[in-house]
Amino acid sequence: MAIRINGNEVAIPDDPRVSLADLLREQLHLTGTKIGCNQGACGACTVLIDGERVLSCLTLAVQADGRAVTTIEGLSSEGSPHPLQSAFIEHDGFQCGYCTPGQICAAAAMLRGVADGMPSYVTADLGERAILSPEEVRERMSGNLCRCGAHNGIVEAILQVAKEDVA
Amino acid sequence: MTPFSYRRPASSMDASALAALKGHKLLGGGTNLVDLMRKGVEHPTTLVDVTALSSEIIEMEGGGLLIGAAARNSAVAAHPLVRAHYPMLSRAILAGASAQIRNMATVAGNLLQRTRCAYFNDPAASRCNKRQPGSGCDALEGFNRYHAILGGSPGCIATHPSDMCVALMALDAQIHLAGSAGTRIVPLADFYRLPGDSPHLETTMEIGELITAVEIPASAMGQRSAYRKVRDRASYAFALVSVAAGVSMQDGTIEDIRLAFGGIAPRPWRALQAEAALRGGPATPEAMAAAMDAELAVARPAAGNAFKVELLKRTTAAVLLELTGDRS
Repeated sequence: MAIRINGNEVAIPDDPRVSLADLLREQLHLTGTKIGCNQGACGACTVLIDGERVLSCLTLAVQADGRAVTTIEGLSSEGSPHPLQSAFIEHDGFQCGYCTPGQICAAAAMLRGVADGMPSYVTADLGERAILSPEEVRERMSGNLCRCGAHNGIVEAILQVAKEDVA
Repeated sequence: MTPFSYRRPASSMDASALAALKGHKLLGGGTNLVDLMRKGVEHPTTLVDVTALSSEIIEMEGGGLLIGAAARNSAVAAHPLVRAHYPMLSRAILAGASAQIRNMATVAGNLLQRTRCAYFNDPAASRCNKRQPGSGCDALEGFNRYHAILGGSPGCIATHPSDMCVALMALDAQIHLAGSAGTRIVPLADFYRLPGDSPHLETTMEIGELITAVEIPASAMGQRSAYRKVRDRASYAFALVSVAAGVSMQDGTIEDIRLAFGGIAPRPWRALQAEAALRGGPATPEAMAAAMDAELAVARPAAGNAFKVELLKRTTAAVLLELTGDRS
């Protein structure tokens, strides 16, 4: 029984109560992942499992057995920031920064979802591929709260990366 | 969180045998159950993880879909056949929770999430007949903006918070169950109980049964359908009211109609009276208002949610006018 976390095999904890968020922070010291509400309401603990965004606070570590987890520490490569990280800096996509790792993990998976044709509640025609608008970004990122209120910068940063991906 | 053990059965029959044991609970994505365990509302001794069991989405002969119990909510919403033939179901799922939660949550887990409210979620300081039978209900005289206007009882006025299930109710979904006595199929309309004097019992499932699949019959109403959700913020909030509607029109009259509501009752609410009033008649605002008056004649709002009666009437009319209007 093991989880692959940012490319490294990690043993499943013996106690099934250990959440993925606690495994990451308390045992592996991957403290980029934040715990805000610890009840699935804020999105600060968002990580990727097999490329899809999930809440690590409501995921029991044992449920990630055999799967690949990517945290904010695993998004950047060779010490250079992920394009979303650069864009968040450029567009002031944060103030205190506590929600930022979750925002960026969520945004990375969201952009991949859009590319794969995932619709949202505000997508006008479910038969068509959605075009990423500010409204679409806000809807698709609604699971990540920013209490500083940096949402405008967050939306701009994500839209810029989406534009560069297409270009 | 109270200590528990974790099992991962290899088949539905093994899961059923485990689910029959005292203190054992089935685990899907955990988005409701794990949260309730951490809050001290649920105390299972063993979690039986059924997420590795069927998650396939299969088109049935003669139309219709069979959705495996462990299919993720996001996978159902994105499925091309669901988007093409049952847009209200895609839209309803996409209206629920957040993208992260939809990626985690399973279809069966969505069906079996607890009917709940803030007082149910608060074992430290609130009375709740659902959590502790006979203890009383703090919602009745409390902050009950989000509570039921139909189907509640003096014991409980909590709502079933699912969006997906409202669409499934309108689509005449059938729930496939497996247990020690074999398998059976229950219409979703007969799946949930109203609270009455035993609000802790929410479904008609037997001990040791589990959901194996959800069947959606082929429906002429599925295609011309919509789901609209009204809430206190634009996204990621439970419904104040929601409306799932599907219609088929002929020569300007409503040939057939399916109508279900969310956010207003302890279970997804199929509006059979409103459907009957509208079937075969004109798609006019007057007919819609009369139909909704009939459906809501027995509404019993609490002090904080009387607005839901009017809100539901107007939302339903808006959805139906959009669906029945000129589409040329």
